[in-house]
Amino acid sequence: MWEIIQSNKRKSLLLVFLMAALLMLIGSTFGEYFAGSYLTGLFIAFIIWIILSLVAYFQGKNIFLSISGAKKISKDDHPRLFNIVEEMKIASALPAMPDVYIIDDPAPNAFAVGRTPEDAAVAVTTGLLNVLNRDELQGVVAHEIGHIVNRDTMFMSMLAIMLGTIVMLAEIARRSLFFGGGRRRSRSSSRGGGGQAQIVILVVGLLLMILAPLLARLIYLAASRKREYLADASAAVFTRYPEGLASALEKISVSPVKMRKVNQATAPMFIINPMQKLHESKDSLFSTHPASKNRIGILRAMAGGSSYLNYNQAYQSVTTDKHSLIPKSVLKSPPAMDEKKKTAEKSQPDMTQMITRTVMTGAIISDSAKPNEPENHVERVRETNDALWKSQGYRFIDCNCGAKLKVPPDYKRQNVVCLRCHESHSIK
Amino acid sequence: MTALTVLLLMLIIAAILVFWVFSLYNGLVRLRNAVKNAWSQIDVQLKRRHDLIPNLVETVKGFASHEKDTLERVISARNFAMKASGPAEAGKAEGALSGALKSLFAVSEAYPDLKANQNFLALQEELTSTENKIAFSRQAYNDSVMRYNNKTEVVPSNIIAGMFGFKAAEFFEIELPEERAVPKVSF
Repeated sequence: MWEIIQSNKRKSLLLVFLMAALLMLIGSTFGEYFAGSYLTGLFIAFIIWIILSLVAYFQGKNIFLSISGAKKISKDDHPRLFNIVEEMKIASALPAMPDVYIIDDPAPNAFAVGRTPEDAAVAVTTGLLNVLNRDELQGVVAHEIGHIVNRDTMFMSMLAIMLGTIVMLAEIARRSLFFGGGRRRSRSSSRGGGGQAQIVILVVGLLLMILAPLLARLIYLAASRKREYLADASAAVFTRYPEGLASALEKISVSPVKMRKVNQATAPMFIINPMQKLHESKDSLFSTHPASKNRIGILRAMAGGSSYLNYNQAYQSVTTDKHSLIPKSVLKSPPAMDEKKKTAEKSQPDMTQMITRTVMTGAIISDSAKPNEPENHVERVRETNDALWKSQGYRFIDCNCGAKLKVPPDYKRQNVVCLRCHESHSIK
Repeated sequence: MTALTVLLLMLIIAAILVFWVFSLYNGLVRLRNAVKNAWSQIDVQLKRRHDLIPNLVETVKGFASHEKDTLERVISARNFAMKASGPAEAGKAEGALSGALKSLFAVSEAYPDLKANQNFLALQEELTSTENKIAFSRQAYNDSVMRYNNKTEVVPSNIIAGMFGFKAAEFFEIELPEERAVPKVSF
């Protein structure tokens, strides 16, 4: 485990340096081109980068969670999800329990954020909670915890910041090129023809402006893909049950529903790219995630074992990539002991089963608040549960007595009677 | 080479050696503490299971009072497990408790009212999760024991381990009768 984190850190540092070099190059070229001094450009690039980094360092987790519309939950909101996160926290020996968030979105997806393992969060969508069973959900949560343990969350956000800075600089440069024209030209003409050096700088500057954001994006995406495989391997080690994650990925990747609140920058953080086209089968340079087909194939090919060694062998045979995914020193150490994991096969019936039961009774009334709990807590529990019901197609009717009726999507009759005050409501 | 250089060289080598021994010793201490920490994690989960069982038994009693044998077996297995001490003994007792709980949940399948009871469902999720947590903390514990034991056995850290009395740690194995039994095949 430790070796993976170390090698991950080294590779990430290399990428960070590469990005930083690109950032400095683009900054100094633009400075030279527009202000006549590369130092000015460097300075501007540096300032933008520092500001973005500081914001990300102190607020990155919250910004990301709020962009995605995630709500923090406690154990009472969704005991099963909370329990699963705790199980994976134990299996991965994380030092602290990550915060658990739910996103009200019918598309099944999940992500992890956090600067350090002590201060991390896992978020899943209501759609995910609806389609997955307990073992599959456990696989997904294990994958996310894997990102946290391998320090992916930290480095991906660092790289994302640099990418953002480069894109921003290129944007500034393009605008000033079109509107300002740059001081360079006037100065060089007054000097009476600057010679070849300036033409070279001009060409390089233009090229950089076009290429740098692209290059930066490629670095970012390459980093992202490798980490997905690694997190899958970690998930298999934590759960000792690769099939759980495999069948979860299968279900998620065929889901036709699209995420609502997502953009280019946040896409690589999810377990499956929320913007990727369906049925993509090859790892292309521009994909944030490896093809789901490959990921599932590798997990299923881990015959009889769930150690990093098994995953590496499966990876090499499925992707026909000769390189080892995982550092040699990890593979040499004795493979983790395999144990019978499935202690309790029968888990609690799914939400869907709960719903089929309630269909028989017609509609459900929200429980009245428990007396000795703070009001906002109850409100939040209710909100989360309502989001879950809504994502399954339930309609809500507010009765005059204060009860909230939740009508199942396949309810046939024209009207529904409130279970509390027996008032009849018609359904459109 | 003057005597001073030789002395200096020897001092440097001695210092390097001392630091090396320090780092080996510290590594052993760190691993041993990881084992202790992992054990306390198991302990927490085992206690949690012991606390959940009386509630479960009460709930089941309300619906399936004539499953006396199964209920009593769960209670006695719990009481036995609470008295156990040390990884080896606890492993045996917890294995018996897991078996008893499994048969209780199997019996509950026959009672639709019980299976629809919210309280029972919540308890079932809690116990399922606790079982998983026990399994995962056992996994983490055994992994840390393996790392620690490896360190105490390989050269050169075994010398340091011998000098300062680092003893090998015990693995935690839960004995489930059905997992141990060899399937019989007859033609």
